[in-house]
Amino acid sequence: MTAPVAAYDPRRALGRLVLTGLSHTGRVSLLLVEILRGLAEWRVWVPRTLTEAWNIGVGSLFIVLLVAGFAGAVTALQTGYQFTGNIPYYVAGSLIVESVVLELGPVLTGLILAGRIGARYAAELGTMRVTEQIDALETLGRSPASHLVIPRVLAGIVMIPVLTVLANATGILSGWFAVQAVLPVTDADFTYGARVFWRPFDAYYSIIKAFAFAVCITIISCYYGFSTEQGAEGVGKSTTGAVVSSCVLILLLDTLLARLLLS
Amino acid sequence: MIELRDVHKRFGQQVVLDGVNFTVQDGETVALLGPSGTGKSVLLKHIVGLIRQDRGTVLVDGKDVARLKRAELRQLRSTIGYVFQNGALFDSLTVFENIRLGITDEALFRDLDYCRERVRRCLELVNLAPETADKYPAQLSGGMRKRVGISRAIAGQPKYLLYDEPTSGLDPVNADIIDDLVKSLDQELGVTSVMVTHDVRGAMRVANRLALLTGGRIVQQGTPQEFMQSTVPEVREFLERDFGSVTFAA
Repeated sequence: MTAPVAAYDPRRALGRLVLTGLSHTGRVSLLLVEILRGLAEWRVWVPRTLTEAWNIGVGSLFIVLLVAGFAGAVTALQTGYQFTGNIPYYVAGSLIVESVVLELGPVLTGLILAGRIGARYAAELGTMRVTEQIDALETLGRSPASHLVIPRVLAGIVMIPVLTVLANATGILSGWFAVQAVLPVTDADFTYGARVFWRPFDAYYSIIKAFAFAVCITIISCYYGFSTEQGAEGVGKSTTGAVVSSCVLILLLDTLLARLLLS
Repeated sequence: MIELRDVHKRFGQQVVLDGVNFTVQDGETVALLGPSGTGKSVLLKHIVGLIRQDRGTVLVDGKDVARLKRAELRQLRSTIGYVFQNGALFDSLTVFENIRLGITDEALFRDLDYCRERVRRCLELVNLAPETADKYPAQLSGGMRKRVGISRAIAGQPKYLLYDEPTSGLDPVNADIIDDLVKSLDQELGVTSVMVTHDVRGAMRVANRLALLTGGRIVQQGTPQEFMQSTVPEVREFLERDFGSVTFAA
């Protein structure tokens, strides 16, 4: 005799989903409270923040610039492909600069760093959790927030916008060179086009996005790392969870910020 | 004094502690015995406030651990040294930096000369060479890591020392060394110790009182002699596992 199979109840599933969401929200809020409390211990987090900023900044530079360079070049090549004789060539400059600064630079940098920094933070903190290193810090009367979370969050909040600015510059430069391979665009055309539709707010928007992505990546990955359970498998789950959640949130924030700030 | 009164704890559907009553007097060394997975480490974590009980009271020096404010809990923890099962050393820090973190007084922690001397002394107490201070945990053997863990726990000159399976995963020779170390530290530093273990032989050598935790409750407590003479079935079963065909005095 086979055991009866429970019927799928969408209301139960929805209820579970809501409860899980509320539970995550509550625990992230508690982590934020811990971060705010830990800020008073600046002697602890300042030196660690500098080390962490150096690690993630220098460590991520190559991959961020590589991706930005290719993104700018591909944008230029596709611009050349879609150009018809009726469009002035300087428009290519506008298109490449605006695409890179408003979207490709911050979003691609965010997604790459969600993988690189997010995975690193979640795996490091997750391993520390399952090997009781975080418990050890607590028993020593020390705040895990000021020793482990604040340096990572602040380093990310400072370095991700910096990396985004560098990615923007690299994307524009590579686009500038690449577009000249497919269209008869002069340097004067490109710089004119870049300036004609340019508004200073575009740069601020790019940095605002990078800052929002940085907060999202660092908080989410630290949260996942801190919530790790059940050994190596748990660390794997936390790392995957941190990267996936950060990427999804980056895309949601991207849409939300475009709607709020560009309309 | 450490006192647990009617402590209950469950994780989901699993009842881990089911009304534990357990007292450790000042100056005692108590070994908390029990088969794996019976909640010995969970009990130890209640004492230092890492886990909160569902019901009951945990008192350390008369203070209710679960009701302490953040600063008070931090103050209480500075009086307790906790030795983790696998050392729980910070692998990105050297042995010196690990042990230094155990110095809980902030003024002393910032005094580098004091820290160097204190770390050297703590390493000496656990029979490790001063050069060990410059190494990273990954460069140490299992036994050395345990000893560094003990050094870190005693660095803040605690009143209480809690050992979570200090000899697990060690060969008998190294396990004996750690047991002797625990005993000598208790005598030398005059601390009150609670040692969680399932090694009855080691517990008999080190502790002046034993307690058996099984089924979520303390089923027997007493001196090693009283323990060996116990007629409680759980105690006899547990001892037989370790000593084989021991003839118990009825």
